[in-house]
Amino acid sequence: MHITDILVTGEPIIYGAMVSMALVGIALLFLLTYFKKWGWLWREWLTTVDHKKIGVMYILSALLMLFRGGVDAMMMRVQLAFPDLGFLNSQHYNEIFTTHGTIMIIFMAMPFLIGLMNIIVPLQIGARDFAFPYLNALSFWSFFFGMALFNISFVIGGSPEAGWTSYTPLSGAAMSPGPGQNFYLMGLQLSGIGTLATGINLMVTILKMRAPGMKLFHMPIFTWSTLVTCFIIVFAFPILTVALALLTIDRIFGAQFFTLTGEGLPMMWANLFWMWGHPEVYIVILPAFGIFSEIIATFAKKRLFGYHAMVWSMIIIALLSFLVWVHHFFTMGAGAFVNSVFSISTMLIAVPTGVKIFNWLATLYKSKIEFTVPMLWSLAFIPSFILGGVTGVMLGMAAADYQFHNSYFLIAHFHYVLIAGTVFACFAGLVFWYPKMFGHKMNERLGKWAFWLFFFGFHVCFFPQYFLGLDGMPRRLFITNVVEWLPLNVISTVGAFGMGLGFIVFVYNVYYSFRYSERETTGDSWNGNGRTLEWATTTPVPYYNFATVPYVDEIDPYVRMKEEGKTTYEESKVKPIHMPSYTGQPFIMMAFLGLASFGLVFEWMYVAVFGLLGGIIMMIRRSFDYDDGYYVPVDEIKRTEKKARGL
Amino acid sequence: MKAKHLRNRWLGLLPLGLILFLSGCGQLEMTVLDPKGPVAESQYDLIVYSLWFMLGIIVVVFVLFAYMIIKYRENRPGRKESDYDPNLHGNTAIEVVWTVIPFIIVILLSIPTVTTLFDLEKPPEPGAGEEAKDPLVVYATSADWKWFFSYPEQDIETVNYLHIPTDRPIEFRLTSADSMSALWIPALGGQKYNMAGMMTKLYLQADEAGTYDGRNSNFNGEGFAEQTFKVHAESEEDFQTWVEETQNEAPQLTAERYDELLQPGITDKEAFSNTHLEYVQHHTKEDAGYVVERYREQFKDQLHLYEIDKQESFQ
Repeated sequence: MHITDILVTGEPIIYGAMVSMALVGIALLFLLTYFKKWGWLWREWLTTVDHKKIGVMYILSALLMLFRGGVDAMMMRVQLAFPDLGFLNSQHYNEIFTTHGTIMIIFMAMPFLIGLMNIIVPLQIGARDFAFPYLNALSFWSFFFGMALFNISFVIGGSPEAGWTSYTPLSGAAMSPGPGQNFYLMGLQLSGIGTLATGINLMVTILKMRAPGMKLFHMPIFTWSTLVTCFIIVFAFPILTVALALLTIDRIFGAQFFTLTGEGLPMMWANLFWMWGHPEVYIVILPAFGIFSEIIATFAKKRLFGYHAMVWSMIIIALLSFLVWVHHFFTMGAGAFVNSVFSISTMLIAVPTGVKIFNWLATLYKSKIEFTVPMLWSLAFIPSFILGGVTGVMLGMAAADYQFHNSYFLIAHFHYVLIAGTVFACFAGLVFWYPKMFGHKMNERLGKWAFWLFFFGFHVCFFPQYFLGLDGMPRRLFITNVVEWLPLNVISTVGAFGMGLGFIVFVYNVYYSFRYSERETTGDSWNGNGRTLEWATTTPVPYYNFATVPYVDEIDPYVRMKEEGKTTYEESKVKPIHMPSYTGQPFIMMAFLGLASFGLVFEWMYVAVFGLLGGIIMMIRRSFDYDDGYYVPVDEIKRTEKKARGL
Repeated sequence: MKAKHLRNRWLGLLPLGLILFLSGCGQLEMTVLDPKGPVAESQYDLIVYSLWFMLGIIVVVFVLFAYMIIKYRENRPGRKESDYDPNLHGNTAIEVVWTVIPFIIVILLSIPTVTTLFDLEKPPEPGAGEEAKDPLVVYATSADWKWFFSYPEQDIETVNYLHIPTDRPIEFRLTSADSMSALWIPALGGQKYNMAGMMTKLYLQADEAGTYDGRNSNFNGEGFAEQTFKVHAESEEDFQTWVEETQNEAPQLTAERYDELLQPGITDKEAFSNTHLEYVQHHTKEDAGYVVERYREQFKDQLHLYEIDKQESFQ
């Protein structure tokens, strides 16, 4: 085996990427060594089981992936606006839209939201960590290695090129030979394990570890959205796991589940994929709804309108999300009756979603709106999301969908809901909870620049695409060869660069705020407008979160606490706190499984078996691990609290 | 009938016009919104019908939204004490209203959706005063990355172009020799998938003579962008002339020639005076793997497409 056999060769853009990746890698190694930070990295981050640190790592990875997926998007936009440049060839374009879609959904949107959940949910319910902190670390590292595996594909072996939906028979061994598609399968499989474990972990955490007195219907709405999301994850992800495994067995071991030969059922893949895939889009939108609800209530300085209706509509959306998967392929010819049923179930989702929109608007009624950066993102979500929502209903009308399907109308629709919904929420949530995570706020002026650039860029980019779709431009077309389509494509590209600029300002703001932002002194960072328990903790949050866990028997408990001049801390009630020990095992176990996956990608069985054995040995080791954690002594808690609260 | 249709069309342009005006591109004639046959027309009517509701929803939400953020901003001069009620958290009557109204809208959208869905499974109804004609059967077979159109009754086959008579339903029998694709002629109506080992039916019809663009709209690999074809819709007489010409002048399609054409890649337009249906039945389970079994190695080759034919417009 020669090195050039597995490296991707012959593409100048990829050579450039290789060189810049190598340079960044060398720079990182140098910096870590020069500042003697290797020990710090291992002790504080790689071995951590602290939900707050794991959350930060999730968010950092997600931002990195937003960059990668964004660069993919820019390259596509350049190609479509300037088809004569010959910037990308067909094959390269296909790889790029495949990785763009996969990365944005699996390695950006989900980890970003899971990162926020990691940090915030335990704080909102008065818990000291996850129910299973070790498993939480395991989840993160499985995601991380899955992400790394997927991302190296464009320099080693070649990227997948069958679309993020990876439809068979195209994605089978016959029509997509080589390791590219295996990267997709193994990357998603590995990170999917982590997502499933996180779903179980958060579900148990929310159900079992709430503060005394807190009933389910006292929980903050973001925690509720997380709980509902966890149920979707737990029911949907096993389907993906099975589908990926079957296709992997097809490709690597020559089975015929989805092949054209041997009476395989290629169309079964589309069903399995969307039985996971449709719930998946609710996995990334429900937490977004939760984030917006928290932020709108906070900066409207008012209780959320229709709390119960908000919760029930999320539950109904979650149930319906499992009953609509066929709307992704109305055109498969299932017949008028089947399409009618799925058309109606699809349109029904608009009802609970509409209820939520009106509840947000009613929350603004008789409020005192303060236009902070997180509030701007949340407010911008409402009109933008409506444009995506109504076109979603139009797509749900199966007879009309025959004309919309596979066109840019669809592309415009799902970017409208996923960007205006999920991406806006990620930015909003990050800015909102930033002071809780890092002890300082992000600069508001730069934040507004980032917001407006991204917001206008987004609309300029995607609004024209509705019309391109209606004019018959299909998705995944590598070249704008119809002259009529060119002007709108150019406009769209301009918008995309506006979004890119907004992202750059956002990232610069992270650096700027780190240097110049005022450090937080209280835990209630937004002018004392916090409503839920996370704002009752001190900043920085001590690693055990709550020295004493408060009794909660209402929605927005922190509002009353402040009115009565109370805090969550009662010195007389401090007892030793049981905390889990840090461990390097999750990292090592997942590194082994990552190696096994890498082996499978290239079908190097000895590497795969070695990695798998390593993983199993680590699991056995874990089974005989009697480390029950440790107790934080009362003295230390009192000292920490004194310092944090300035008592 | 015709007049009513026309009026509906004009009314339908209102919301569209508004959106177009907002987007600042009023000149565009969009294919889907300029139907050339009864199938596309029924879908167009449904789209316009739904657009009215969508526009209504958008207007209601935008107006409410603007009202809230203008009236209830914290630093608005002249805010009154009564403009703030931090504990207001529900109102059953209004919550019922905004649950029921969307529900009614869904019902109103569902009815024409379902009736259109059932109509699309049948050949389009003839216009008033016209007698129903038997549909013309065309087998549309997709192979990476080309189209075969077989006319079993006429015993002719074309590659990458299509002739159809106007004012007569066309019954497309869709299948694929390898990857999944979708036959889409937006001027004539919506698409359906072509799948190997299966057959789907799609009814379309052209009312106006003309040349329309058709394509595979479902991504299926490197040559996807090249898998397009022209549809020549012409009067029944012109169509018959073309059929006879093809029957008399086009060469025979041999099994060997057909196998050659099936290789993954891009081919030119061609016509034959018989069909491939006598050699292979791609829609059967037995022949589903026909191409994959023969040309597995060739799927590894790359086309290196940097550009494809430029077109002035897409009808």
